[in-house]
Amino acid sequence: MKEAVTIDAKGIFYRELNAKLRKVVSNGTQKIELRNVYGQRYIGTDLDKPVEIEIFGTPGNDLGAFMDGPRIIVHGNAQDGCGNTMNNGEIIIHGHAGDILGLSARGGKIFVREDVGYRAGIHMKEYQDKKPMVVIGGTAQDFLGEYMAGGILILLGLKLKEGESHKANFIGTGMHGGAIYIRGDVEEFQLGKEVSAAELDENDHSVLKKLVGEFAYHFGYDAGEILKHKFTKLFPLYLRPYGRLYAY
Amino acid sequence: MKTYLPPKFIVERDDSRCIRCEVCVNQCTFDVHSYDTEDAELKSHEENCVGCHRCVVFCPTEALTIRGNPLDYRENYNWRPEVIEDIIKQSETGGVLLTGMGNDKSYRIYWDHLVLNASQVTNPSIDPLREPMELSTYLGQKPDRVEFGSHGLTTELPPQVKLEVPVMFSAMSYGAVSLNVQESLARAATEMGTLWNTGEGGLHPKLYKYGDNTIVQVASGRFGVHPEYLNVAKVVEIKIGQGAKPGIGGHLPGEKVSAEVSSTRMIPKGTDALSPAPQHDIYSIEDLAQLVYALKEATNYTKPVAVKIAAVHNSAAIASGMVRAGADIIVLDGLRGSTGAAPKIIRDNVGIPIELALASVDDRLRQEGIRNQASVVIAGGIRNSGDVAKAIALGADAIYIGTAALVALGCTLCQQCHTGKCAWGICTTDPWLTKRVNPDIGARRLSNLLRGWSLELKDILGGMGINALESLRGNRLHLRGVGLTDTELEILGVRMAGS
Repeated sequence: MKEAVTIDAKGIFYRELNAKLRKVVSNGTQKIELRNVYGQRYIGTDLDKPVEIEIFGTPGNDLGAFMDGPRIIVHGNAQDGCGNTMNNGEIIIHGHAGDILGLSARGGKIFVREDVGYRAGIHMKEYQDKKPMVVIGGTAQDFLGEYMAGGILILLGLKLKEGESHKANFIGTGMHGGAIYIRGDVEEFQLGKEVSAAELDENDHSVLKKLVGEFAYHFGYDAGEILKHKFTKLFPLYLRPYGRLYAY
Repeated sequence: MKTYLPPKFIVERDDSRCIRCEVCVNQCTFDVHSYDTEDAELKSHEENCVGCHRCVVFCPTEALTIRGNPLDYRENYNWRPEVIEDIIKQSETGGVLLTGMGNDKSYRIYWDHLVLNASQVTNPSIDPLREPMELSTYLGQKPDRVEFGSHGLTTELPPQVKLEVPVMFSAMSYGAVSLNVQESLARAATEMGTLWNTGEGGLHPKLYKYGDNTIVQVASGRFGVHPEYLNVAKVVEIKIGQGAKPGIGGHLPGEKVSAEVSSTRMIPKGTDALSPAPQHDIYSIEDLAQLVYALKEATNYTKPVAVKIAAVHNSAAIASGMVRAGADIIVLDGLRGSTGAAPKIIRDNVGIPIELALASVDDRLRQEGIRNQASVVIAGGIRNSGDVAKAIALGADAIYIGTAALVALGCTLCQQCHTGKCAWGICTTDPWLTKRVNPDIGARRLSNLLRGWSLELKDILGGMGINALESLRGNRLHLRGVGLTDTELEILGVRMAGS
């Protein structure tokens, strides 16, 4: 195994930075540290090896887009489109993430310590052994899990104050697969028309235990404490939400 | 509820010719024909007939004739039979009317009002039978200037894709059409040196070997999009819109998501494949640029990225933005573009004719001095090599054909694609029906079509005294308009015939 490589990304255009990444990964390097990252896009996009990339700073949009295997750890905030159409791998963000987190992801895991923007988990889908999983420590904006066709989305709301609840509306609009777990209460009016809330069963608890466990491990929380709280499960009412729309 | 819909077609069966072989019963997928064993007679449920002519073609004794139902309503220019019947259908179902194929309404077809030039006396025409003619086309971004050294070109070119014939097969996804259709397209494209397009349903492993002639699509559903899919292709196309249904998404019904379709789309079997109307990472030209470059990064800048939009009112301005967003190829799909399923009201009323869109986009890109930065490909109702030549003269680099290719495979435009019951085995995933398209025969029929068009294109060029398609490209002086208004001529950038 090769030693860890450190790249100073200061002042480097994303194209050059990604070319460097490609080169060091093809050399067999398994651990890379990116220092001074200031908004460079598409980090990790063209990588399909199980390499670990640690980012210090603020990566730009489409972090890990189309990614197939690497593990990215961000010490800072991620922007929009993080994990876009991701196939496999892991993204761990010690901070916030922007809009459309995990758009159309088909696999891999994303952990965000703080809050996320609009439409997180939109159109995630699953297939056979591929199942995207997203855990958000903070809260989310509207349209969380919109059009979701598969995978698991967990919203923990750890930073909500006593008596405060999630503000997102239109949660799960158009959802037709997968599951959303929300720690704390959500009101009926916050939900999209295509989802309903349910109590958790044994399987749900084991899913939560595993993923919240991983989340707690990454960010130094006590999983047991988090899991003590009540969770609500949102599930799609219809596998074919728009099946009755048409005249044949 | 009793339907008030009258049959669209009448089935005439010549009993003296009928040999009771039941081919019609087996071929029809709409349950029109049935055999009554008691009376030893074939019966027709004419109300089910869609006029696809599958039975007519396969009846061994030519005993069948399908005619339009002559049933006439009282004449009314406004309340035509189609209008009445659509209302009946909706009052019986309460849904959005679905249809297949392209806009069938009487909007002006500008190709039919454009005529081509030929050489007479003052310059010689060329005989393509004895002199070399060049149809090669290179798609991709061209540099602003090129430099040559002692060993030829020194300028580094962005990725280019060579087409031997400027006609490609338009996006038709696996799921909308069958795998046999896609294989026919892929093999014909490979044989003829052009490209076929996966549509947004992913790429079946069986077709990976045709990757060098494949355009893979990335659309709002992102079905089957993964690194290998992107890397196997020659071109990656971002689909923003489609001529048949500008501005709206798509729903592939669960019934069509068979085990095989599920494996290329990478979604569970039997679930609806919902493509959202917008791509949710694209709300602006800047966002488009982001996806264009995400795909260039994902493919390490080795292949052109195309962006396809439906031709709409502001196409010219949008196209300019697309080029500036880094698209190497821009694709315009016109008012008559086809589909496997679209709301009829959208198909028939939204978008603009491709001829006008092409002319205005080509003009705009020239005016802005960025025409070289992207190739322009058009789609939507191109019927023959005459349309192709006119499109090239108007400014297109290449043409996509979808409907014409399906017609080559047997399609008769019965517009039932959305039912999944295509009797010709084209627009269906029913394993019993898909066998009706044999890829060996399908590929041959498609290659023949392209060969025929190539020969005709060479004839057209030769007649003009031109020996390379490149000399016709954007050369609107070779076109004249017939029966067009001044405004139409101005937008097309074409002079009136006789002037």
